[in-house]
Amino acid sequence: MKARVHITLRDGVLDPQGKTIAQALGSLGFSGVNDVRQGKFIELDIEAASAAAARAEVERMCSQLLANTVIENYQIEIES
Amino acid sequence: MKAGVIVFPGSNCDRDVQVALARSLGREPEMIWHREAELPKLDLIVVPGGFSYGDYLRCGAMAAHSPVMREVVARARAGTRVLAICNGFQVVTEAGLLPGVLMTNASLSFICRDVDLRVENAGSAFTSRYATGQVVRMPIAHHGGNYFTDDDTLARIEGGGQVAFRYCAPDGTLREDANPNGSCNAIAGIFNEARTVLGMMPHPERLADPALGGTDGRAMFDGLVEALS
Repeated sequence: MKARVHITLRDGVLDPQGKTIAQALGSLGFSGVNDVRQGKFIELDIEAASAAAARAEVERMCSQLLANTVIENYQIEIES
Repeated sequence: MKAGVIVFPGSNCDRDVQVALARSLGREPEMIWHREAELPKLDLIVVPGGFSYGDYLRCGAMAAHSPVMREVVARARAGTRVLAICNGFQVVTEAGLLPGVLMTNASLSFICRDVDLRVENAGSAFTSRYATGQVVRMPIAHHGGNYFTDDDTLARIEGGGQVAFRYCAPDGTLREDANPNGSCNAIAGIFNEARTVLGMMPHPERLADPALGGTDGRAMFDGLVEALS
């Protein structure tokens, strides 16, 4: 089963890399960029009895290792 | 007093700490490889600087879950002193021994230079040879030293005397241009509540010998030896 995890910085946490990307886009002539937030994308291939079981397992992976919830949020997608 | 230095793949300040500790202690500390699941009896554990596990995922995240860190966390919870420097600070925050997180420097640059630090609390085994308010000089060398935590935790750290060091101007005043990495409240190092764990981005071991250009770091190791012997 495929699980996809999107990890993003929480609202209010400064993202200097996102800011730098936004500036670079501006200097390339993309004038309509209001804000850029950079994150991580992790794809997992896992064994699980059901989509719900997979989600629960990945949820535990996120809270223990994949994300640091002091500064990051995560979203999980399961594709069975 | 018995001291041990944890060595991860990618640690690069382990030998510097070994030398600094040996000078103050009069004998060599034990060097402990990250695969060790059991530790000898120790009064002080140092988690040194470097780039453990290549900074994969997040700085310190992989090391925080290594076999040896489970034991370090258990010892720390039982009161053993833990000094976590630079990457070590990142490791112990990821392991949950200290609150908050070290984010990428606000400038996005790797910064390697000496900084001035104000000692915020001399009431610990780590800082007893300093005076509260004293300004000391130590080097920093990091890309991710931007200390961040939520407002409630920050208020708790500040209220509980858990700030050990702040980045400051040479005269001890706090100025935005004296904060090298964007850390909230210019925090350079914090204690746990019991002040038995210290995490700090600056490197006391790199200015602990006159031949290195300064000795302000030596007082930390001398103080630890005095307190724990």
